[in-house]
Amino acid sequence: MQIDLFITCINDAMFPRTGQATVRLLERLGQTVRFNANQTCCGQMHLNTGYRDDALKLIRKFVDDYRDAEVVVMPSGSCAAMVRELYPEAARWGGDHDLLREVEELAPRVYELSEFLVNTLGVDDVGAYYPHRVTYHPTCHAMRVLRVGDAPLKLLRNVRGMTLLELEGSEECCGFGGTFSVKNPDVSAAMLADKTRHILDTGAEVCTAGDNSCLLHIGGGLHRLRSGVGTVHLAEILASTEQEVFA
Amino acid sequence: MSGLHPSKPFPEAARDKVNQPQLRANLRKVTHTIREKRLRAVGELPHWEELRLLGEATKDASLANLSDRLLQLEASVKARGGQVHWARDAAEAREIVVRIAQAHQVDELIKVKSITSDEIELNATLQERGIHAIETDLAELIVQLSHDTPSHILVPAIHRNRAEIQALFNRELPGEGGLSDSPAELAGAARRYLRHKFLTTKMAVSGVNFAVAETGTVCVVESEGNGRMCLTLPEVLVSIMGIEKVLERWEDLSVFMELLPRSSTAERMNPYTSFWSGVTPGDGPQEFHLILLDNGRTEVLADATGRQTLRCIRCSACLNVCPVYERTGGHAYGSVYPGPIGAILTPQLLGMQDKNANTLPGASSLCGACFDACPVRINIPQVLIYLRGEVTAEKGVTAEALAMKTVGYAMSSGWRFEGALKLARVGQGPLVKGGEITSLPGLLGGWTQSRDLKTLPPQSFREWWKERERDSE
Ligand code: SF4
Repeated sequence: MQIDLFITCINDAMFPRTGQATVRLLERLGQTVRFNANQTCCGQMHLNTGYRDDALKLIRKFVDDYRDAEVVVMPSGSCAAMVRELYPEAARWGGDHDLLREVEELAPRVYELSEFLVNTLGVDDVGAYYPHRVTYHPTCHAMRVLRVGDAPLKLLRNVRGMTLLELEGSEECCGFGGTFSVKNPDVSAAMLADKTRHILDTGAEVCTAGDNSCLLHIGGGLHRLRSGVGTVHLAEILASTEQEVFA
Repeated sequence: MSGLHPSKPFPEAARDKVNQPQLRANLRKVTHTIREKRLRAVGELPHWEELRLLGEATKDASLANLSDRLLQLEASVKARGGQVHWARDAAEAREIVVRIAQAHQVDELIKVKSITSDEIELNATLQERGIHAIETDLAELIVQLSHDTPSHILVPAIHRNRAEIQALFNRELPGEGGLSDSPAELAGAARRYLRHKFLTTKMAVSGVNFAVAETGTVCVVESEGNGRMCLTLPEVLVSIMGIEKVLERWEDLSVFMELLPRSSTAERMNPYTSFWSGVTPGDGPQEFHLILLDNGRTEVLADATGRQTLRCIRCSACLNVCPVYERTGGHAYGSVYPGPIGAILTPQLLGMQDKNANTLPGASSLCGACFDACPVRINIPQVLIYLRGEVTAEKGVTAEALAMKTVGYAMSSGWRFEGALKLARVGQGPLVKGGEITSLPGLLGGWTQSRDLKTLPPQSFREWWKERERDSE
């Protein structure tokens, strides 16, 4: 399959290894990947903060960049949720019917990485090896908007050498919420404190998730606690092999 | 009694609350308990999702022809001997109640839990006119006796513990004094006090959960039986309802009788459900008034995205699953409608110009738990995002808007973004300590109070990809 990557702005700027892992993983599974270097951001921050017009510009740009794609895969549940669920709303709010038609046409071809692997490619075992104790945090948008269900867990359970530890209160939001964590830092920090406590209780060395934005926040909290527990994107675990532990 | 108007912006009010460990512990315990019970109650019904769709469709159908439904309701209530009043806003509604009370020369009336009466700040106005309103719901009574305000739409005293209630009853309830903190004893004292009021008070004010247009039936759903007393014993009954509470047909009620108790108290069936229609000679109140309250609702109805908010049946499921409500409690929202529903309803009823209410759409991490829990499928996260757009449009050009424009410009093409990243890598230099950023300037400073920020790596993905393409050539 010809896959167009959408690496997302945060991954591009702050977590290049996640993008690299995504490329390596998909290629290992025999897929052809393409990166359109004109891509930037899905517009989620703008829309969610209330800047509809600025978001619409980025939405139109996304449509221009991916109009001809067979499928678009991205290592982010949150950005995939933005495209699939909020692009049509944003187009409606903007009264742009042409855009609405285009996003409704494009949205079903857009996938978050784990749901693409499990549901579209039908792969549960990507042949990964990762010799660590790991706990998994299901991010809100992947879980409640995209409904990726246990796709990430199916993949993780088949990683060799890894101990997967159950996280108490896993379905509770970590408190990131984009600009929420800036505008309501105290509430966000209170939510984060519970999340990091639960992560530390598992005894894991690493917390993983399908979204680096949540991991940036969780990792920032764990680092402040000097806990020694790291955060690693799901793609980096899945890309790791016995020859090369990726992260 | 606080009505709709928050007295502080949410982030400020939340900061005051989030740092109260006892409150946090109380809230966590109660919300988690109800949350789990609700999941069990809902899990028992294999057709829960279909029921939710039905609830959504039923309310939407009624809202689609709301003015017709209301006129139909008015006609059927009148046909059964009731009187109907239309109130454009809170002040009009209050005046109607005062006028009725004065006509009957009462200086005391009993109330059954009605958020709508709190919305219009009825009690304070009655007090000014020399009429004392007595809350008969146990939790509402606790809140009233302690000169407090409710902090949850179903568990108004969720923020109070038993010891506080013991002290309060011993101090405030006539003839009591030596009560222990046993729940049975405390409930017994409240019952003695309320029984006396039920039997001696001439007038009652109630809320309305549902009203049926075709039959003129009004419905109140409650768990203590106090409602039943208020609705049958007094001579005069005044019921206040938001205009969105009307349903078309009697059958429409059935779906909500399943959705509401399971969503709110995690019960299979509601303990006390009262229906009444107009006046029946020799039985129950001999005078019945129904007040139809608008108070901003027609504006909400006119908004294609915001309209779904009016489907709300006030079950409070969204409050109990909300991680933000769990950390702040209801008072932080500054309105009788707290939690996720309050974050969308309050600013819509007040308009986006209200500078405190317009911070409420920001009171969410958009985790989506509220939408999953809502029995009438109000897409709360979607409305929150939409309202944030309305708020920024109202505010015009701000520093934040300019920052967003700048970022938007940098994101307008791949090469501009690459350039911006290069600049940012240089710019972050002074902030980096030991490989992390531990303190950010200005508005972003709140973030680094409890989190460290990873620095930008030396190479972005796009730079890596370019290198890889070059190497493979
Ligand atoms: S918004 Fe939905 S969940 Fe919240 S109180 Fe209303 S009906 Fe219940």
